Amino acid sequence: MAFVTANWNPLGEAFYRKIELYEMGWNLKDGLRECLVAAAPYGGPIALLKGRIRRSPSARPQLEIYSSSGLPLASFPWKSGVVKQLGWTVTDDLLCVQEDGTVLVYDLFGGFKRHFSMGNEVSQSQVLDTKIFHSPYGTGVAILTGALRFTLAANIDDIKLRRLPEVPGLQGAPSCWAVLTQDRQCKVLVANESQLFILDNTACTPVTPPGLSPEASSIVQMCVSFSYKYLALITDSGHVWMGTSNLKEKLSEVDTKIKTPPKQMAWCRRPKSQQPSAVVMWDGLLLVVGESKETIKYHLDDESILVPELDGVRIISGTHHELLQEVPGACEEIFKIASMAPGALLLEAHKEYEKESQKADEYLREIKEQSLLSEAVRQCVEAAGHEHEPETQKTLLRAASFGKCFLSNFPPEQFVSMCRDLRVLNAVRDYTVGIPLTHTQFKQMTLQVLIDRLVYRKLYPLAIEVCRYLKTPEYQGVSRVLKHWACYKVQQKEESDEVIAKAVSVKLADAAGISYSEIATKAYESGRTELAIKLLEFEPRSGEQVPLLLKMKKSPLALSKAIESGDTDLVYTVVMYLKNELNRGDFFMMLRNQPVALSLYRQFCKHQEQDTLKDLFNQDDDHEELGNFYVKASYKEKRLEARIALLQSAVDEYYKAKNEFSAKATEDEMRLLRFQRKLEEEKGEPLVGFPLHETMTMLLSVGLHKHAEQLYKDFRVPDKRFWWLKLKALAEKEDWEELEKFAKSKKSPIGYLPFVEVCIKHHNKYEAKKYVSKVTPEQKVKAHLAVGDVEGAAEAAIERRSESEISTVLSRCSSTTDHLLVERLNRAKATAAKK
Amino acid sequence: MAQTERRDAPELPDFSLLKRLARDQLIFLLEQLPGKKDLFIDADLMSPLDRIANVTILKQHEVDKLYKVELKPIVSSSDQLCFLIRPRIQTVKWISEVVNSDKAAGRFRRYKIIFTPQKFYACETVLEEQGVYGDVTTDEWNFYILPLDDDILSLELPEFFRDNFLEGDQRWVTTGGSALNLLQSVYGSFSKIYGIGRCAKMVYESWRELMEEGEQRTRQPEFAKVFLIDRDVDFVTPLCSQVVYEGLVDDIFRIKCGSVEFGPDVTSSDKSIKVMLNSQDKVFNEIRNEHFSNVFGFLSQKAKNLQTAYDKRRGMDIQQMKAFVADELKGLKQEHRLLSLHIGASESMMKKKTKQDFQELLKTEHSLLEGFEIRECITCIEEHINRQVSMIESLRLLCLLSITENGLLSKDYRSLKAQFLQSYGIEHLLTFANLKQLGLLEEQQAGETLTVMESKVGKLVNDKTAGKLTDAFSSLAKKSNFRALSKKLTLVPKSGEEYDLRVPRDMAYIFSGAYIPLSCKLIEQVLERDGWTGLEEVSRMLNGQEFAVTGGSSSSEARTKTDAQRIVLVMFLGGCTFSEISALRFLGKERGCRFIVLTTAITNSARLLEALLDNHP
Repeated sequence: MAFVTANWNPLGEAFYRKIELYEMGWNLKDGLRECLVAAAPYGGPIALLKGRIRRSPSARPQLEIYSSSGLPLASFPWKSGVVKQLGWTVTDDLLCVQEDGTVLVYDLFGGFKRHFSMGNEVSQSQVLDTKIFHSPYGTGVAILTGALRFTLAANIDDIKLRRLPEVPGLQGAPSCWAVLTQDRQCKVLVANESQLFILDNTACTPVTPPGLSPEASSIVQMCVSFSYKYLALITDSGHVWMGTSNLKEKLSEVDTKIKTPPKQMAWCRRPKSQQPSAVVMWDGLLLVVGESKETIKYHLDDESILVPELDGVRIISGTHHELLQEVPGACEEIFKIASMAPGALLLEAHKEYEKESQKADEYLREIKEQSLLSEAVRQCVEAAGHEHEPETQKTLLRAASFGKCFLSNFPPEQFVSMCRDLRVLNAVRDYTVGIPLTHTQFKQMTLQVLIDRLVYRKLYPLAIEVCRYLKTPEYQGVSRVLKHWACYKVQQKEESDEVIAKAVSVKLADAAGISYSEIATKAYESGRTELAIKLLEFEPRSGEQVPLLLKMKKSPLALSKAIESGDTDLVYTVVMYLKNELNRGDFFMMLRNQPVALSLYRQFCKHQEQDTLKDLFNQDDDHEELGNFYVKASYKEKRLEARIALLQSAVDEYYKAKNEFSAKATEDEMRLLRFQRKLEEEKGEPLVGFPLHETMTMLLSVGLHKHAEQLYKDFRVPDKRFWWLKLKALAEKEDWEELEKFAKSKKSPIGYLPFVEVCIKHHNKYEAKKYVSKVTPEQKVKAHLAVGDVEGAAEAAIERRSESEISTVLSRCSSTTDHLLVERLNRAKATAAKK
Repeated sequence: MAQTERRDAPELPDFSLLKRLARDQLIFLLEQLPGKKDLFIDADLMSPLDRIANVTILKQHEVDKLYKVELKPIVSSSDQLCFLIRPRIQTVKWISEVVNSDKAAGRFRRYKIIFTPQKFYACETVLEEQGVYGDVTTDEWNFYILPLDDDILSLELPEFFRDNFLEGDQRWVTTGGSALNLLQSVYGSFSKIYGIGRCAKMVYESWRELMEEGEQRTRQPEFAKVFLIDRDVDFVTPLCSQVVYEGLVDDIFRIKCGSVEFGPDVTSSDKSIKVMLNSQDKVFNEIRNEHFSNVFGFLSQKAKNLQTAYDKRRGMDIQQMKAFVADELKGLKQEHRLLSLHIGASESMMKKKTKQDFQELLKTEHSLLEGFEIRECITCIEEHINRQVSMIESLRLLCLLSITENGLLSKDYRSLKAQFLQSYGIEHLLTFANLKQLGLLEEQQAGETLTVMESKVGKLVNDKTAGKLTDAFSSLAKKSNFRALSKKLTLVPKSGEEYDLRVPRDMAYIFSGAYIPLSCKLIEQVLERDGWTGLEEVSRMLNGQEFAVTGGSSSSEARTKTDAQRIVLVMFLGGCTFSEISALRFLGKERGCRFIVLTTAITNSARLLEALLDNHP
């Protein structure tokens, strides 16, 4: 604790510290010498390609993957082509760029995922140099080919290769180059001796860094900061130039006095840095350069690599893993020797308090007098976040907590969340996990991504613990982890379907928002169809089950699931899929067992494929429906012959369906059509297509009584109907003579009241009266009244001695009616009532 | 009987919110296609659309010209075409043709299809098959519910009935579920859900799934009980002639989307007038639920009152006159106008109604409901067919006969059907096939006449052996059982008793005291018993599929006797008639609660049967 500042080195205004993260767990005989090394940022994994230099035909290079703490994750002999470069994607996948421009992608555990090519041109002229970079769009690959041209892909998940313009005057390999992202575009910065060019999609622009010392004849190394905002160059004269990456501003220039080209150079910045600074590495020497003339020198025992981070540089050697960074402001304030910052005083106060000394009060008083106590607490909390040692963290947090006691309304959130964050960070920094994240990086990366990374490393229990501890909503937290776990679980070949399905369902049972279909998809992808089906059983939403079942070619199951769901649209999806997938016979057979699907498909066919509809009925031997189908088709048909032919088909089908009624009716219709046509040809009356009733009416109205009679007989039209019909038709025509003839032809089956009424309707009282006498006694009164003969009605009513009828007549009597009649009626009514 | 509501009748929720939601979404969708565009609208969407967003609003959002979808080649000079349609294969096919003909002519336009209330996979398939999937963008306008009145909500989906019950196409089920979900998300969750019918069950399931997916909201519910009922549970009610004013207006003039067009014979001028019929119309609001025989008296009383109000003018000084003109005159004028319209309508109806035919029809109908003088009824129907009085009316009577009598005797069935075909053409073979499929018009199986069956049932009831009863009823599945139901629920009041239509004593008044609508009786019974207990026989006769579920909201909250507890949402799947709505309003008044009707569409006997004709594919 007392030695917090022991590893601090001053440089200009700021201090730099080098913290040991891990002693490496790996056992490398030759350290990192002659290895191709790539370490992912944010404390990611490290990949080594060993033994690639001695290329005896028998010896193959070995690719090894380690966690940041040096624990082996994977190791396998490299069997593909010559690897030029290794690199990690933002999602912790390993990229191996081969000489021929092929890029192989492996996962964290050395599992091959896929490969892609950087284009023909690259494979022809071979890869000279390559850089893997992270842009806002994802991970990119830039390649310098043997033809001295650059090819670039900004995002390997969506490869769009871009070949950049030629660099003028470039004879051999450029002295150094780097990839920049500016203005939403990836550009390449190339140094050819002392000349500097920026290559973008369209042009190659020469640029000069402002104020670069003129002694230099060549730029030997360059690096871009983590944020792509700053650029550092080192020249053959040993000058380090630092400025903005748009080359508009110079920040500083320092002479290192070392003329040999460095092995690596990296920015060493942090958000809110006090000064720009870069780390330059030579064999056995590490130099931190900033704004001042001075530099910090570190001796390196071993071959090392620099891994730039958001807030510092990690240095990985064969034995150690260290973090070099500018000391954060809060830490500096507190721990700087003789600091009088409020945080420092609070820490001191707490120390005294622990010692049970009254000095604690003095210190506190001092802070409180300047009313800086809340500032002090904040400083301690912040500093705790930046400290790597749990002991130091605790001390600082205790001090903060102590200070908080003297504040009445200090918001607790910052303190609480820092405690939580640190607990998570300490857990993932643990040697066995090996993710040495700083608090700054953690905040930048977000918890979501951290959990993803844990999941990716198959550290499911830890991930779940973290989620639970930080109370992430289940849907984004625990459930998501469990889903990944299950997806991994289903790929374990050695266990049986039952065991896995059970394990999965038991673990996932009460987790909210789990999509079993996703897990099932994974199972299916790894060739375990049966397991996939079992898992789908757990999926509560049928909508999610169906697409996968279809993919697995389990169409009957998919269909029944879709129907179960009650979602017609889903059923439809399956039906349409099946229609294209199966041959017709099988398809129809399947529909036959699923009435819902069948009726849906019928609906579709009705609008889209009439013929299919017919086939469908045929397949089912549904003669009734076939008959209906032909009938329907017939009245859409204009030509008579075709129409009759269709009706004949309908008749056949109806007979097959044993529906004699329909068959007979259809046959009648055919007869009628033929009759109509014949008559149409003979008499020129448009008749075809009208119903029987209409036809007869029309015939009567044009005076073709014979023909109407014929229809009446041929089609066994009921007498009543015919009489009604003829009566109305004749009245309509006002053919009273014919009507009278008709009335006398034989006894009317509908009686004669209709004759009276129809005549009246056509305002012919004279004709109407003719029929009154013929009306049956029961209807006499009505008939008389209809023609307006009140007296006649009265006579009839009195004769019939019906009280109600007499009343009806009475109600029709008006003041003009004969008094005597009314009296008679009243008398008759009285007698009738007495009875 | 005038609308003096019981003081404690609960307030209804404000449904204009639904309109606002729909409008906002439509505007959003229109703005997705920036710039001037021509809008093509499905014919049957025009009236509902007008209630949501009128032409001015559409124009504000850069709709240039409006066209009705006519399935013909289009004439439009716009570079952007927007189609607002129901998800029907036919329409989508037509749009594909439009796009393809533009392509053939080398013309470039942007096309956007807005499906309402939702899109179907089938429609996308058509776009794909016609090769225009990439050329059009599609969207959904989730316009599920149109509030027609304070207590009537409609999905405006008349095809629901045919699609679901005849074609067996359940695509609209999810629409029903979504509509309920929408109501729930806007007005709070329901505490109790009852239902009967296969479709009702499916709608409920689909709704429940939506509920589970969405987040649960706990807020004070605005109505607490829901009753879902399939149209095919009760076909008798919609097949009866309506005699309550609103129903009669619908039967005779056809109310369309809450408004009716009165022709010259009503307006007594040479032009037609379109009138909105809802509770805003004060005159209408007072007579809509009245039996027709009372309407005239009421209207003349109203006219007298109006006259008195006008007469107030006499003996007024200038100042009073000024106030009268400013405050009252406009209202009086408005009332005057409406009154004269309704009087005109009543006269016109009276002319039709008092005709002998109508009276005979009504008599036949009542005999059928009561179940006596069936022979005479059949003769009457036969004559009706022979004289070609009205095809739909004939069909209606045939169906009523079949349902009430449990199917027609073979002899009658064949002769009536033959008569019908002779009168109206052979294509009605298909109509008969459809009616048979729905169980509306059937031929009795040999040996199973009504009397035989009735004695069977009677005997079993006497035996009081519940088990045997179950067997007997399950063997009767898919039969209408109207007679037995009518007895069980006393749907038909004893004949011979005087029924004073001015002072109705039960819901039967909507059918002149001859019949209590089965659908409404069921609702009454279930609400009274808070479930189906005690109605087991009834539900068995109706083919079961009944359910009662306690909803998501916490029980303690549900127990509290809030106003919401006394608002009941009744959802008719397949349409409901104005008579049923009137009956429910009456029931609500009796019970001190309010009913809100949510229907797939307003129906009546003519609409119901026209949907089953098959001569216009």
